[in-house]
Amino acid sequence: MAPEQHIVKSYDDELHHLNDVVARMGGLAEKQLIDAVDAVMKRDVDLASRTVEADSRVDALEREVDDFVVRLLALRQPMARDLREIVVALRTSSDIERIADYATNVAKRAIALSQAPVVRPIGAIPRMSRMALMLIKDVIDAYVERDAEKAVRVWSKDEELDEMYTSLFRELLTYMMEDPRNITPSTHMLFIAKNIERIGDHATNIAENVYFLVHGKPLPGTRPKGDTSSLAVVEPAPKARVGRGQGDAGA
Amino acid sequence: MSATPNEQIAIRTRVPAPPRQAVHEAAHGGGAMPRPGAGPVEQTEAEPKAKFSVRNLEFYYGQYHALHSVNIDIPELKVTAIIGPSGCGKSTLLRVLNRMYDLYPEQRAVGEVLLDGGNILDPGQDLNALRARVGMVFQKPTPFPMTIYDNIAFGVRLYERLSTSAMNDRVEWALRKAALWEEVKDKLRKSGLGLSGGQQQRLCIARAIAINPEVILMDEPCSALDPIATAKIEELIDELAVNYTIVIVTHNMQQAARVSQRTAFFHLGNLVEYGETAALFTNPTDERTQGYITGRFG
Repeated sequence: MAPEQHIVKSYDDELHHLNDVVARMGGLAEKQLIDAVDAVMKRDVDLASRTVEADSRVDALEREVDDFVVRLLALRQPMARDLREIVVALRTSSDIERIADYATNVAKRAIALSQAPVVRPIGAIPRMSRMALMLIKDVIDAYVERDAEKAVRVWSKDEELDEMYTSLFRELLTYMMEDPRNITPSTHMLFIAKNIERIGDHATNIAENVYFLVHGKPLPGTRPKGDTSSLAVVEPAPKARVGRGQGDAGA
Repeated sequence: MSATPNEQIAIRTRVPAPPRQAVHEAAHGGGAMPRPGAGPVEQTEAEPKAKFSVRNLEFYYGQYHALHSVNIDIPELKVTAIIGPSGCGKSTLLRVLNRMYDLYPEQRAVGEVLLDGGNILDPGQDLNALRARVGMVFQKPTPFPMTIYDNIAFGVRLYERLSTSAMNDRVEWALRKAALWEEVKDKLRKSGLGLSGGQQQRLCIARAIAINPEVILMDEPCSALDPIATAKIEELIDELAVNYTIVIVTHNMQQAARVSQRTAFFHLGNLVEYGETAALFTNPTDERTQGYITGRFG
């Protein structure tokens, strides 16, 4: 079993630092999503604005990772697992930055939503968000712990988030058909839900990276995809006929 | 209780002994990002003090003009690497820094080389005193044909009179500093020639630091060593740079990238580019530098 540490200790310090920055980015992205969904549910415009501004911190960390990776590649000539560590850190920081961007988009929509009446399907958003947060947290843990099995579990779980999105999609179409005043808030919600679904996709990218880091080979198999919204067609319900003697149709 | 080796040296030279900072204190201080090739964390700093200032240096081997008008400042307490293709003048420059070329009458240097402000090319310069301040380690390990103990003690005896116990302390200190003590403490009376290549090189480094120089010059110190021994020397260089100024000539530019904070690229006797190592290896300003480090010529 090879020793854990490099003979040149400063190399280890640098790799630990890289790991720390990526982990910190993960923490910030999680917080962005929590705050964004909070802003939506509480209709809190101030929180939404602060969340949008906070995105720049994640962007700054991504630039730091970019710069550091280029220097490490030039100055350390990494091999084997060290090379995968450094390349995966680069890819992962990019995925985390996209997650934070999607969370920021949700926060932006919160501002628009707060000006429209509350929409009944809104309860689905926190449910989707909890699922997405769990994926983010588990995959960042998998990255920090270099745990490929945990990563694969995240990878498979994303299908549930996709299914939640598909069902919300259909529900919102129906809702919009009931009353045109529902269209504006429903459309914003559609985008919010899509953003959260994309967050899940990026979490699975990170999971694939972690698997590659540990095993040196890509995750075999195609990811199970539960987002069939692109095929969804919802017909309006047939209008109830009120005829002589029939009275109220249904409840 | 006898004075520690550093205290003894301070008494002799009446110069403050170098601070004994732990490498890891430096590495974790300040929260700054560790920079590859920097060893301990490089704090963002004002321009560091120049240990050597080379001004308009020309060098001749007989009629052959080997170095052309070299101007360079070597910073204190950092590792400066000199790279370039064979025959570019890098070892020549190194040998000017401790007047090693003086051994050969047809070799001469013209210009100024200031060590802490004093011109070492001055005819009045005491060469022994210079070489006590500026030590050298060569490509092929050159242990004396003596015991490990005497390898270290020999140089010290040229400059100082120490009691046996003080000498024992000094030998131990130097061997610890060179990361060799644990491996040789039970065989100090064995010949230095019986050690492996990597150990011999560390013995030569211990020998150089035993007289407490300010600068250590290294001329391709790892060329004769395998990758593990090389890595151990590189880790040692990281640690030594806390207390000593190091100038290393290497034809292995990846080593220069790993080990140094400043790199100078020489070509045909000219200093082509000199700058912060990370910048030179990721985005050099001169096309010739780019050509050399990407393996397009040389």
